[in-house]
Amino acid sequence: MKEIKVPVTRIEGHGLITLRLDRGGKVAAAKFHVTEVRGFERFCQGRTVWEMPGVTARICGICPASHLLCSAKAGDAILAVRPPRPAEVLRRLMNLGQFIQSHALSFFHLSSPDLLLGWDADPTARNVFGLAQAHPQLALDGIRLRAFGQEIIAALGEKRVHPAWAVPGGVRQPLSPEARDRLAAKLPEARRIAQDALALYEARLPEWGEEIETFGNFPSLFMALVAEDGTWEHYAGRIRFVDADRRVVADGLDPARYPEYIGEAVEGWSYLKFPYFQDAGYPEGLYRVGPLSRLNCCDRMGTPLADEALARFRAQADGKAVTSSFHYHYARLIEILAAVEQVARLLEDPEVLSPRVRAEAGINELEGVGVHEAPRGTLFHHYRVDEHGVIQQVNLIVSTGHNNLAMNRTVAQIAAKYLTGRKVNEGLLNRLEGGIRAYDPCLSCSVHAVGRMPLRVVLLGPTGEVLDERTRDA
Amino acid sequence: MPKVRVATAWFSGCSGCHMSFLDLDERLLEFAGKAELVYSPIVDIKEFPDSVDVTLIEGAVGTSEHLHLLAEIRRKTRLLVAFGDCAVTGNVPSLRNPIPRGEVLHAVYGDGSIPGLEEGEVPQLLPQALPLHAVVRVDHFLPGCPPPPDRIWKFLRQLLAGKEPELAPQDLRFG
Repeated sequence: MKEIKVPVTRIEGHGLITLRLDRGGKVAAAKFHVTEVRGFERFCQGRTVWEMPGVTARICGICPASHLLCSAKAGDAILAVRPPRPAEVLRRLMNLGQFIQSHALSFFHLSSPDLLLGWDADPTARNVFGLAQAHPQLALDGIRLRAFGQEIIAALGEKRVHPAWAVPGGVRQPLSPEARDRLAAKLPEARRIAQDALALYEARLPEWGEEIETFGNFPSLFMALVAEDGTWEHYAGRIRFVDADRRVVADGLDPARYPEYIGEAVEGWSYLKFPYFQDAGYPEGLYRVGPLSRLNCCDRMGTPLADEALARFRAQADGKAVTSSFHYHYARLIEILAAVEQVARLLEDPEVLSPRVRAEAGINELEGVGVHEAPRGTLFHHYRVDEHGVIQQVNLIVSTGHNNLAMNRTVAQIAAKYLTGRKVNEGLLNRLEGGIRAYDPCLSCSVHAVGRMPLRVVLLGPTGEVLDERTRDA
Repeated sequence: MPKVRVATAWFSGCSGCHMSFLDLDERLLEFAGKAELVYSPIVDIKEFPDSVDVTLIEGAVGTSEHLHLLAEIRRKTRLLVAFGDCAVTGNVPSLRNPIPRGEVLHAVYGDGSIPGLEEGEVPQLLPQALPLHAVVRVDHFLPGCPPPPDRIWKFLRQLLAGKEPELAPQDLRFG
């Protein structure tokens, strides 16, 4: 049995793909390993709930604002307060800034070299600098759009990466009129860049038929938050699951009761756990999250330009769910446009400059769950505290974890298609990575989930037979 | 003038230092004019190349894989830079150091077959997350969580011009 190891680059973290071949050179097994863990769930025990937004933001430098806000929301629940409305407006604004910068990074800096320079391009030039040589305007656009997202975050929290701003009960400081005006002045350029990128992508779609067919194209469940009326939602709302036909499988689920519908499995060969939809079991309960999933789950985007784009996106699958993970890129670009439109709306909100941004309270509940949509998908922070607000237990389910089963299945699908015989070429390896990159996995985030909920461990023999199986209850 | 060969690596950290590097924004294009990025999470080269002029390493040394790669990088790099507070002090990843490694892993993965206790299909978690200088000689320290883009640029420009980088006192603060 021959084994091929492929360290995965141009993704956000530490990953490895291994392929096991049979004697005929066909793929016998394909795995996507996450090779790093830091142990946040454990070392946060004993710290106070007030420290958690600042500490857990360090889970990820790419989406620190997402962890910051989600942690503050878990803190809201422990304080048993509703932050004043201006605080919610500002937190939404920061999360949208996070979407814009993270999605721009994924599309322009990490993925567009494959899409625009080609899967078989010289690997030494297949990066953002090579892109700057071949498509200078596009590279500059990407840099400026990402900078706009970062500037929204810095306008609120004073730093682009790791602002200490959101706190249980609200946020530390309001938005200044000068910062509001500065951001508003940059909106037209951001909108133009988002529209151009989307138009470029849609024009190129016919060229990518084969990749669309093989980069994780299979029926599955999709999970996302949607607003009460079914509109695309990134900050509040309820959990919805849809299937490949866009039929609603579960709706209106309380995010705080996630252990009732999400289980997590552990495999010894990856630091990243494998969440699954409990009703369907493991691993059949594979579901996807993130841009593709949010667009499949919602009824509408809720802003004019994004709604037009959603109609074109839906047409890819005759109104059913879009099931190819290649289209994560497509969905991501539509979400950038939606985020820019929503930022414009929020900057005009009559309360956006209000100084009433924080509710003060003590420890009123001993358990709290924060849930919202991070750029890569639904993020859960779940804390238990003692009477003084000292953390006793932490559970985190991060966006990339939800997609673990789907990413593994994608690697197997691509390997089966492109890896025939014993010939391994660059284009083929890059397609494997490209399949992973479509999910925009944040491996920095992904390695922190804790097995507090029922945990199923399956031991498989060499031919895949189940040797042992064990379930651990909460 | 030949371009300076620069590498970046990402150990146990959050990628915030790499994000702050990308926050150079338009200055990235100026960087690309003076330097060639020969190994980094944002480019496609899989093997650490020979004779690199400057390597910035983000993150603490947390796994057996980091330990091996660090030794290789040190061997092949002229100037090694501890990039950000995790590389400089251990910072957030080292918060686990007072807790036995097995306890950390069991808290995360439960009692079944858990990754990381032994060397296997994933690298072993080291008993402690260490700053770089606890393992190899480090030539320069660039602090911050993350180092702000202006600080990175000030530092890099000096290095790219072949000077010994100097940082003002206000550039040596945490955070």
